[in-house]
Amino acid sequence: MAQNCLPPVLLTGSGRPVLLPNEIECFFLSSVDLLCEDNEPNANLFPHLKSGLLTLTTHRLIWLSDSPSASAFSVPLATISHIFSHKKSLKSVFASPRVRFQVSLSPEGTVSASGSRSVVATVVIRGKGDCDAFLAKFWENWRGRAWEEAESVSGSGSGLGSNVAPAASSGGFYSSDGTVRMVGVSGILRKQQEMWESTDRSLHEAFQDLNALMSKAKEMVMLAEKMRTQLLSGSSSQANTTGDEQMGSKEEMQELLLSVGIISPVTKESAGALYHQQLSRQLADFVKVPLERAGGIINLIDIYCLFNRARGTELISPDDLLQACSLWEKFDVPVVLRKFDSGVMVIQTKSHSDEQVISKIKILATKPDALRSGISASDAAKTLGVAPAMAKEHLMSAESKGVLCRDISPDGFRFYINLFLEFDRDDKYSKKRFGVTEQVPSDLLDEVLAIGAQVRGSKGSYPGA
Amino acid sequence: MQNLGNFKLPHFFNYPPYFTLQPVRDTREKQIQLWKDLILDYCRTQKIFVIALEEEFPLFSNPVIERSLTHESRDAFLSALVSEGRAEWMDKGHRKCLILWHRIQDWADILLQFAKDNGLEDGVVTIEEIRTGIESQGTELHGIDRTILNRALKLLEQKGKLVVFKGTSADDEGVKFSL
Repeated sequence: MAQNCLPPVLLTGSGRPVLLPNEIECFFLSSVDLLCEDNEPNANLFPHLKSGLLTLTTHRLIWLSDSPSASAFSVPLATISHIFSHKKSLKSVFASPRVRFQVSLSPEGTVSASGSRSVVATVVIRGKGDCDAFLAKFWENWRGRAWEEAESVSGSGSGLGSNVAPAASSGGFYSSDGTVRMVGVSGILRKQQEMWESTDRSLHEAFQDLNALMSKAKEMVMLAEKMRTQLLSGSSSQANTTGDEQMGSKEEMQELLLSVGIISPVTKESAGALYHQQLSRQLADFVKVPLERAGGIINLIDIYCLFNRARGTELISPDDLLQACSLWEKFDVPVVLRKFDSGVMVIQTKSHSDEQVISKIKILATKPDALRSGISASDAAKTLGVAPAMAKEHLMSAESKGVLCRDISPDGFRFYINLFLEFDRDDKYSKKRFGVTEQVPSDLLDEVLAIGAQVRGSKGSYPGA
Repeated sequence: MQNLGNFKLPHFFNYPPYFTLQPVRDTREKQIQLWKDLILDYCRTQKIFVIALEEEFPLFSNPVIERSLTHESRDAFLSALVSEGRAEWMDKGHRKCLILWHRIQDWADILLQFAKDNGLEDGVVTIEEIRTGIESQGTELHGIDRTILNRALKLLEQKGKLVVFKGTSADDEGVKFSL
């Protein structure tokens, strides 16, 4: 049994690795072995990891086992002392692509940035995957040293002003401060050329700004988090002086800032063929909080909005969302996609029970007012604390279970507690008491049907009534 | 509870969902049963033999709760009666429905009883006399629908219990019993 020098990785409920602060996933490769080949001196310290999902992040290489009892290990990029370049040979055309790198080991036999010993590890890519792109990204992240926070923040802004200089010095006729002597036709021509150059420059700068913004995205998230903590500390100290209204707006602000926060969105670019799988797992982690707030069931459209808002610029299409949700059946996640008979799709927790909702509806529908004039979707929405469209779905499912029945009239679409099974042809419905109206006193029922008629009866009556 | 003429309406006549065709099977079956019973009861007490779907029919709307049946649900409830043999469509378009609160066989039995009660075992009587005559007064035969009566007579004729013969004018048909 080889000793394992790699630190294990915590997993989320859906089987995605828990990322470090500011860590971003950059590349996914499936069917990857991570092992130590040949007769390396410290080979016995390195585990032999067979067939898993390799994720390259800005901070680590994470290997996640394919087997159901998912185990995961990581190689912090900080501990990598060298990445060997890919050797192109005839042999490598036929064998699985390999990427080799050197890891430092501490004397205790764990990976460490300042280890004295070292071991050469190999990534064997057995599945389909762009080895060269992976290697390039691997180099980039390793060199990027994102784990050294201070360096990365100051480093990302360095590319901005550098391109201005050559533009200014391109024309030999210009003086150092940019002014030019304009004489005759050549002066006009020169003026024209200057204009072209300036538009060219501003275009260039405009696009550079875009790139700069993207590279600053991480900093923006950090800023948002900083503001949030400030707000939190501020609200506790000023609680006595600020009014309720201000508190409310602060909470709202906090919520807005919190929803900014998927720091490492799974993108098609980074995940490739594994995109939907990874998206599905990330979504499962994401929906927990909104689901709790919505009482265990939430409309797919609402989740689409919330999820995309949290992703910021890396928006997903509705189709991607649907695919991601339908993949949940294959994973062991605590949420399911459910389609109502009407075609409305919702996400609900596996523990969510219809019985609870139906018993609430039952109570609502047997109140004296509801017995008299029924309940509408918006009445139910108020009681259940859900959107009216959602409430209507609940009412319909209660109807299909025989708890309610419908009344369609010019006044609208309303639901009544189902009394059909209580009536019989001799009109002695109140003697037979079973099923849904157990909790309704029979004399109340008599009264309700009689009073209901009187209340509404002002407009017309039968001869002899 | 309100009345319709001398007919006492049931409590559930004021239950609004009663006037909306229910989509759920169990509920719908029970609703249809209640409607079938109500229609037959009402027609029997009011001596109504034909319901025209497109015309006003007192049972099909309840102004007290401002509800009325749609054409579709009227058709559904009457069709349920038809499938049970308690009604018949009089045309293919389902515009008129003949209500048989007694089946034809039962009407035939009533007719025979009528003949025995009035000593007509070998006698002759006109169809008009059966429908409006003094003898039928107070019996269910009084005011019977012509179509139903003819059907009952035909049934008895096939069994050899009577003979229907033409009179001098077209609408003057006679019946000779031979019991």
